[in-house]
Amino acid sequence: MDNIIELKNVTYEYTEEDKVYAAVKNISLDIKRGSFTVILGHNGSGKSTLAKLLNGLNKPTFGDVMVDGINTKSEEDELKVKSLVGMVFQNPDNQLIASIVEEDVAFGPENLGLEPSLIRQRVDEALKAVDMYDFKRSTPHRLSGGQKQRIAIAGIIAMEPACLVLDEPTAMLDPKGRAEIIETLIRLKEQKGITIVLITHYMEEAENADRVIVMNDGEIIADDKPKEIFKCVKKLKEVGLDVPQTTELLYELKEKGFKVNTNVISVELTAKEIAKALNLEEK
Amino acid sequence: MLRDITFGQYYQAKSPIHSADPRIKMILMIIFIVFIFLSSNMFALLFSFVSVALVIAVSKVPIKLYLKNMKAILPILIFTAIINLFYGDGSTVLVEFWKLSITTEGVFKAIFMATRIMLLIFISSVLTYTTTPNDLTDAIESLLSPLRFLGLKNAVHTLAMMMTIALRFIPTLIEEAEKIMNAQKARGADLESGGIIERVKALIPILIPLLISSVRRAYELAEAMECRCYNGGEGKTRMKQMKLKMLDLYLSVITVLMLLGVILINIIL
Repeated sequence: MDNIIELKNVTYEYTEEDKVYAAVKNISLDIKRGSFTVILGHNGSGKSTLAKLLNGLNKPTFGDVMVDGINTKSEEDELKVKSLVGMVFQNPDNQLIASIVEEDVAFGPENLGLEPSLIRQRVDEALKAVDMYDFKRSTPHRLSGGQKQRIAIAGIIAMEPACLVLDEPTAMLDPKGRAEIIETLIRLKEQKGITIVLITHYMEEAENADRVIVMNDGEIIADDKPKEIFKCVKKLKEVGLDVPQTTELLYELKEKGFKVNTNVISVELTAKEIAKALNLEEK
Repeated sequence: MLRDITFGQYYQAKSPIHSADPRIKMILMIIFIVFIFLSSNMFALLFSFVSVALVIAVSKVPIKLYLKNMKAILPILIFTAIINLFYGDGSTVLVEFWKLSITTEGVFKAIFMATRIMLLIFISSVLTYTTTPNDLTDAIESLLSPLRFLGLKNAVHTLAMMMTIALRFIPTLIEEAEKIMNAQKARGADLESGGIIERVKALIPILIPLLISSVRRAYELAEAMECRCYNGGEGKTRMKQMKLKMLDLYLSVITVLMLLGVILINIIL
């Protein structure tokens, strides 16, 4: 099977003060095995609800979510689904349960009932994969936010899921911690072939994705490669998202009549574009 | 400080007592407590004293740290000694005033009781100085596991899980309480002046946000645990396996010999 997760006409409704709201409206979506997908949206766009639908934490009101061919509604496969789709949340402090790093990472595999020697092996591998092996005897509250979040990621990948869903994992981190997490994700995708679904409202984090999905008001309003997505600066601004500063600068320059290519994202390439437009290209 | 509760009072060193199995250490500590209480004459108590001193020497934890623990219970120690001073039922009166009298037996009894309490504190400090709270939690879970057969299947696991989470969250909540306190102070809250009632009242704006955020944390933690396939300990295995070593046997034998020594001295002398 090519797709690890398939959503078929999924709607998720919740009730608040006797009124029914739909957080996710009739979404159909396939996530390819081994891909890196970024889901963008401002607060209240339904992106977190969508994330929880992916591993059965939320069950769809209408429609079906299939994980590796298993319906998330099935009661007896609940653990199987959760071990296939791992989930990392925003606040690293509220995800770690043990006060020694390696014991926390062991929590998932222990719940799966694995052999002690296999757990040991997986814990060591997971900690090496997120580059935190040297801290295995340390305690979470002495680590930085980025380090704690990497421990949370290690705790999930020690269960060897096929897919990793991250719900705004960088929202509470400083720029350094944010960069650490994105680097780690790219490495996991490339070295371990784990499918990654990153939910965020930081547009820059979409730069490295294979595919970007933009959500607004419970619906998908754009679904394309990052470069194509960033071209629609106006559309993104309408739904309350900020495009990367580099893209915005180029966009504004183009509006004013400069001949620049707006589909570059990194600072270096942007600088080159501007230099080209001003005939200042380096020799 | 409390912030470092993860390691509690743990003092890192390489000693046979540090590397002994935490379950054995707990049981041996109980044996020690038993023979300290069994010591009914001066010689037996002296023997207990030497035994405890030996354990402290082997533990490689600076004696300074043990004395620091002693300081905390000094008032209780003095209080017990003074009460016992007047309870000697001997006839050789040393001092007498009003209806109270101090006898030589009373003085002996006071010293006796004080030494006993001191030894109890010393021996329990050995356990906390040489074992991390995590190891203690594991040991309690393991030692209580026979309760499973009494129909308390989930109780033991739940208790251990609660202890683990409590240890993990104490530093987080302390940090949070400090943040809230600073936020309230920045808004002009006065936490330091006034009488007891006013001060307790001033704590309310700190405790309520702390409680609300704890509930929210609990909710998020439960979701994260669910995502990590937690289902109440059913079919759960453990990465860390506690194994008894020869060292544990040696320590047990030595302790039991000490216990027999105390009993023997009690009978003979």
